[in-house]
Amino acid sequence: MLEKIKTDIEAAVPSCRLEIIPNGSPSGQHSLLVESTCAVEVAKFLRDSPELRLDYCSNVTGVDWLDTETSEKVKVKTLVDGVEQEIEEVRKLKSPGYLETVYHLYSMEKKHGPVILRLRTENRADKVHLPSLTPVWRSAEFQEREIFDLYGIIFDGHPDLRRILMWDEFEDHPMRKDYVEPDDYEYEPTAHEDILAKAKQHNA
Amino acid sequence: MTRSITEPIDEELPPNFTHGDDEGELLEIALGPHHPSTHGVFRMDVVLDGERVVKLKPVFGYLHRNHEKIAETASYLSSMPYTDRLDYMCSLSNNWAYALAVEKLAGLQVPERAEYIRVITAELTRLQNHASTIGFLTQEMGASGTPLMYAFREREKILDLFESLTGSRMMCNYMRFGGCRVELPSGWLEQTKKVVEAFPRFLDEYERLLTGNEIFMARAQGVGVLNRELAVNAGVTAPMLRASGVNYDIRKVDKYGIYERFDFKIPLGEHGDVYDRYMIRMLEMRESLKILNQALRDIPPGPIMDAKAKIRGFRPKPGEAYGRIESPKGELGFYLISDGSPNPYRYRVRPPSLINLTVLEDMCRGYNVADTIVIFGTVDIVLGEVDR
Repeated sequence: MLEKIKTDIEAAVPSCRLEIIPNGSPSGQHSLLVESTCAVEVAKFLRDSPELRLDYCSNVTGVDWLDTETSEKVKVKTLVDGVEQEIEEVRKLKSPGYLETVYHLYSMEKKHGPVILRLRTENRADKVHLPSLTPVWRSAEFQEREIFDLYGIIFDGHPDLRRILMWDEFEDHPMRKDYVEPDDYEYEPTAHEDILAKAKQHNA
Repeated sequence: MTRSITEPIDEELPPNFTHGDDEGELLEIALGPHHPSTHGVFRMDVVLDGERVVKLKPVFGYLHRNHEKIAETASYLSSMPYTDRLDYMCSLSNNWAYALAVEKLAGLQVPERAEYIRVITAELTRLQNHASTIGFLTQEMGASGTPLMYAFREREKILDLFESLTGSRMMCNYMRFGGCRVELPSGWLEQTKKVVEAFPRFLDEYERLLTGNEIFMARAQGVGVLNRELAVNAGVTAPMLRASGVNYDIRKVDKYGIYERFDFKIPLGEHGDVYDRYMIRMLEMRESLKILNQALRDIPPGPIMDAKAKIRGFRPKPGEAYGRIESPKGELGFYLISDGSPNPYRYRVRPPSLINLTVLEDMCRGYNVADTIVIFGTVDIVLGEVDR
């Protein structure tokens, strides 16, 4: 099913890189990784194509994947004191982390689904822009705002990108895996100090 | 009153007052967060032209406790009691949605008797939710107390059943991955049959009070119309979607659990207004009673837990799953990613209450403030689930 959708998209949006991400769990819900530059076109195609008609974007969510460091042992032949010996060397492979959005699409007209789309940012720090799919499916409006709020992905083309659950002055993104809770949850400068100072003056 | 879906959503709110306009002044007020109609802490920033709503922006987050983050630091099972606190009117539906997602993730089977118990408890939940939603709706129209108390009288009978089964009226924490927690107490099925048999009398009484009521019709008909295209595009689910005439019920589409065994219909609306949403809930309750009668007749004896399901040391294989059910509020889904550890790597709740609010502005624009309260009442939200 997903292979067919992939070839259909490739025919409709030729320059788009797609990749099927297999899912190891018994649910068998494999997903389709879409290059972010052509995501809106792909979304429009999926929504309007008469065969698929994925008119209902049910669930939109973010996932945070940290930088991973895998180490592997490699046997290297080197010359030690003029004699060739095999020495084990540990090599570290760093793969950069990224933020991901996952879209679960269904069709209310054809009553099939889910087709799962994934979009990935380049990294977790400065290149966290993704195209917004809210112009295609309104149901993503609040959910993308929530991802922006809790994960810090910036959705280009979103009509009203503001924090939704946390307060506007909040600075961090609490759903990220490396989020550190503050020691103090007091978020507004309270009047306590001023009032205490005034009280001191009164008493003086 | 609705605009086309391709049109961009408003950029920003206008300043508090605009002067020198022939149309008069616009007034920006905050409805909430402690407005009695919001059933919790929820704010609507509305811009009014006289009594008419020009713009409406919902503001959330007063009850936010980052349920998803908490669930990612806890084991799979220890989030089960927390799901009760999402939509606290329908804890058993929430339990089922979460159990279903984990069962998909880990590939667990559910014994037949447990499936029947799930259907019975979920449909009882739907009955009490829809009855109280209509009760609240009439309360907001000014029918002070009577219909709401009628609904609560019936709801209490169902909550008594939940209490005798699970030990708690509202925080049931009853379902487990691969089955249910405890066997039905003796006499529970007979008692449930009695409640189900008596329920149509309450529905008839309720309908006599409301369906043909002149004031109710004047307040409800043609108010808050939601068109079909926008409803689908905005991901609206449950009675709100079906009142707009879209035939989509996850019980029929996904046939999760054992719903394909039951004979029931999906009521559909025509106009998509407040009255249709009321009527759909009334009719859905009657269909739920049909399902209950069949389930109570057919429930087989047997085990209630999958023998292979592990309670301790539960570690699903790496992978992901999205499980969803038709909860009384809409499509309640859980999206889980496992990395093979005892805690979920990603735990996501798809909250129907939040997503149904996407179209609140489109439904309210052009109506009076008093209508806004009524329209908001038919969305049927619980803030525990909106804010999580």
